Amino acid sequence: MTKYIRRAAALCAVLLLALLVNATRVQVFQAGAYDDNPANRRQTIARYGQPRGDILVGGRPVTGSRDSGQQLRYERTYTDGPLYAPVTGFASQVYGSTFLENTEDGILSGSDPLLSRFPLWNDATRAQNPAGKVITTIAPAAQRAAYRGLGSRRGAVAAIEPSTGRILALVSTPSYDPGELSGTGKAVTHAWERLNGAADKPMLNRAIRQTYPPGSTFKVVTAAAALDAGVVTDLDTSTTSPDPYRLPGTTTRLTNESEGCEDASLRYAFEWSCNTVFAKLGVDVGLSDMTRTATDFGFNDHLRIPFSVAPSNFDTTLDKAQLALSSIGQFNTRATPLQMAMISAAVAGGGSVKTPYLVEKTTTRNDSTVSTTGPRTLHQAMNPATAMRMRELMTDVVTEGTGTNAAIPGATVGGKTGTAQHGIDNLGMPYAWFISWAQADGAMEPAVAVAVVVEDAAADRGDISGGGDAAPIAKAVMKAVLGF
Amino acid sequence: MIQPGMPGISGTRGTTVAADPPTSAVRLPRRRGIEFTLIVMAVLLSVFGYCAVGYARHSTLPPGAAVYGAGLGVLALLAHVAVRLRAPYADPLLLPIAVLLNGLGLVLIYRLDLETPGDRAAPIQLIWSTLGVALFIAAVLFLRDHRVLQRYTYVSVVTALGLLVLPILFPAVNGARIWIRIAGFSIQPGEFAKVLLAVFFAGYLAANRNALAYAGRPVWRFKRLQLPTGRVLGPIVAIWLLSVLVLVLERDLGTSLLFFGLFVIMLYVATGRTGWIAVGLLLACVGAVAVGWLEPHVHSRVQDWLHPFATIEAGQGPNQLAQSLFAFAAGGMLGTGLGLGHSILIGFAAKSDFILATAGEELGLFGLCAIFLLYGLLVERGYRAGLALRDPFGRLLAIGLASIVALQVFVIAGGVTGLIPLTGMAMPFLAQGGSSVVTNWIIVALLIRVSDSARSQYDGTAAP
Repeated sequence: MTKYIRRAAALCAVLLLALLVNATRVQVFQAGAYDDNPANRRQTIARYGQPRGDILVGGRPVTGSRDSGQQLRYERTYTDGPLYAPVTGFASQVYGSTFLENTEDGILSGSDPLLSRFPLWNDATRAQNPAGKVITTIAPAAQRAAYRGLGSRRGAVAAIEPSTGRILALVSTPSYDPGELSGTGKAVTHAWERLNGAADKPMLNRAIRQTYPPGSTFKVVTAAAALDAGVVTDLDTSTTSPDPYRLPGTTTRLTNESEGCEDASLRYAFEWSCNTVFAKLGVDVGLSDMTRTATDFGFNDHLRIPFSVAPSNFDTTLDKAQLALSSIGQFNTRATPLQMAMISAAVAGGGSVKTPYLVEKTTTRNDSTVSTTGPRTLHQAMNPATAMRMRELMTDVVTEGTGTNAAIPGATVGGKTGTAQHGIDNLGMPYAWFISWAQADGAMEPAVAVAVVVEDAAADRGDISGGGDAAPIAKAVMKAVLGF
Repeated sequence: MIQPGMPGISGTRGTTVAADPPTSAVRLPRRRGIEFTLIVMAVLLSVFGYCAVGYARHSTLPPGAAVYGAGLGVLALLAHVAVRLRAPYADPLLLPIAVLLNGLGLVLIYRLDLETPGDRAAPIQLIWSTLGVALFIAAVLFLRDHRVLQRYTYVSVVTALGLLVLPILFPAVNGARIWIRIAGFSIQPGEFAKVLLAVFFAGYLAANRNALAYAGRPVWRFKRLQLPTGRVLGPIVAIWLLSVLVLVLERDLGTSLLFFGLFVIMLYVATGRTGWIAVGLLLACVGAVAVGWLEPHVHSRVQDWLHPFATIEAGQGPNQLAQSLFAFAAGGMLGTGLGLGHSILIGFAAKSDFILATAGEELGLFGLCAIFLLYGLLVERGYRAGLALRDPFGRLLAIGLASIVALQVFVIAGGVTGLIPLTGMAMPFLAQGGSSVVTNWIIVALLIRVSDSARSQYDGTAAP
């Protein structure tokens, strides 16, 4: 019997061995795959198991964390949630995250390996790093001024520092409180449904995710292209343009809202926003040069700031009539407010378009730097000499043209108004645009470039609505940045 | 696992039945001091685990740590005293291993209780453990010689069958008809039936093993494959089949697998007929395929085993097995630490069938291997006692009891780690389950008894 007992014992040993080998397989060799399985809640639990790092604006956190005592423990809180929602986005246990909460999640959740001083050791111990901080480029005063300026109207503001591309304000109204989406309860579900179902789309980030027909503000691009291409060499000589202007190859006649546009000089046409002059100029410049200039300003580009910006559109295949309309910001030309701020910033910054960015730097919890962002040139959109002349044109708009509402004593301000018709037969409420930049007297360079769009502008049509509705908001933002 | 001449307890231990004649002059060491030391360590380790949970969860000593430690300590000490009094030669490892596993089980259940505020299982488990230890002490004190049990061979089998049939009269719980509920306590009679069936197999096989091994007709042309006469083999096969049938009806798949393995191992050890293993395996395969094909419950278990993540791909979320695998994976080599895992995600069976997942997640591969090795050691000690004994009944009983532990650990541990299809069963001593804890304490008591006999026979105190 002894022999058989030994054999039975050997069988038991084999069973034990099988268990040990299999446990090793599961816990060592397949552990990674199992850990990363999306159905495995552990990563989610770990992610919310520690307070989320803060997003800072002007040195102060605009976010916080609340211990909910639930399985997904720490929930996000926001101070001035609606004001900063287009920057922070939301971080929800249920609905994921958007904007900085999304793109900087590695830092904010603590999962970024750069947060660790000893990454390998952390891998071995599976320890989690304390969450880091994200410091934004936003200037709180400018952000507030823009938000207050838009008030209850639908619209957006983007403000940039022309010399660097730092985004100083990014506002979209109506807004929402991202804190409503933090956590897991029924209230979160209700808030989500309410916000998504709302007619005025409060969660839409109009400053970067909505493109509008830019209307007359696009004339900055056309003027720059005309000057760069040599179609116009003198701001004050006649441009030999008829009024009304018949679109080439069609019988459609283009007219103006302003007087005196026939054969007007570029200066006069820009100041008073003559459609006929710029439509003809676009055609004279030609499709390839117009396209190149628009592209150099940032059109048709997929930008990240670090979250993605909706590409602004300038069609690359157009017939002459379409080109004429596109050159005055109509037809298929569409731009985000951020794109228009970049155009204004390029004029202010000597023709160079800087890549806009929103994150100044990221740090660990103890303020040691993890990464920084610096200025980068996206393109040279026009010659510096052209930029100088464009500055002149834009300044004239504010001193004596359609944009006098944006004038700031003690600073040089350049601007361009715009009104974009839209809807069937242009019956919709026009979008009021104003793009501008400002340089304090005695300062080395312009401090800010702004683009403002107001969707439901006052009923009176014409460029005056850009100057009437949008310019005061731009002025308030510029004053906030200049410290006036 | 078992090596002759291994530095063991007995210097003169024989390896065959025809060992050296006992010499009363040889005085074997009793090793009770070692047992005592190991028990103290086992209790301390459990209390340490209990405190670790408290510190991990609340940064304070858990309430009643002293009471918990004292309770476990007193139980272990009483058991130790009983062994000292009535089984002084017993293997000194058996009791400490049982104490450690039971203590660790209480820690794990207490730890899982923290996640389920409405369901406190640890105190109830402690009551059952106390009952188990009480029965252990009673068995050690009053069962002076294991051979007495041989007289109850047939009583055992009748009782076992009765216990197996009993739950059919009660409503099913979670798809299995294996519980009976009395006064708020649920009892699993099948657990006790295991021990009784082992006693029956041992008694019957010991009485008939010569007839089974040598008197038979050769089947076909193979000399080695001899079938014994139906008169001898018939009754035992009938009882085995009956019990497996009942279990399949009750959907207690784990236990039916256990009974099958137990029967084959004991038959093999008793007769040495390899052919029967082959026949047994063949029968098992036929049975398994038939059951797997016809019975939807089993069929789905096999499907789960083959495709543990199928429910995830179907968008229904992870099933219990997938959650269990996630838990083991999350533990990795070193584990998350007691109290810091999330094995509660497994759901309702986290404290019972899937308790090993908590061990795997929070103690890691190292902790899991340690637990497996503890079971391995327990089994090995049972086999060692079987080898050392000289009466066939005792040998078969020891092998049977040790095999119950081995098979049960394999079936459930293999199931929750995805090695074999999952069949519900309790991890001995670790899992929540009163009947299981009590049964396991009885098994250890019987192993203590046979190991005492095995080692004391060389002292000249036991009859040949």
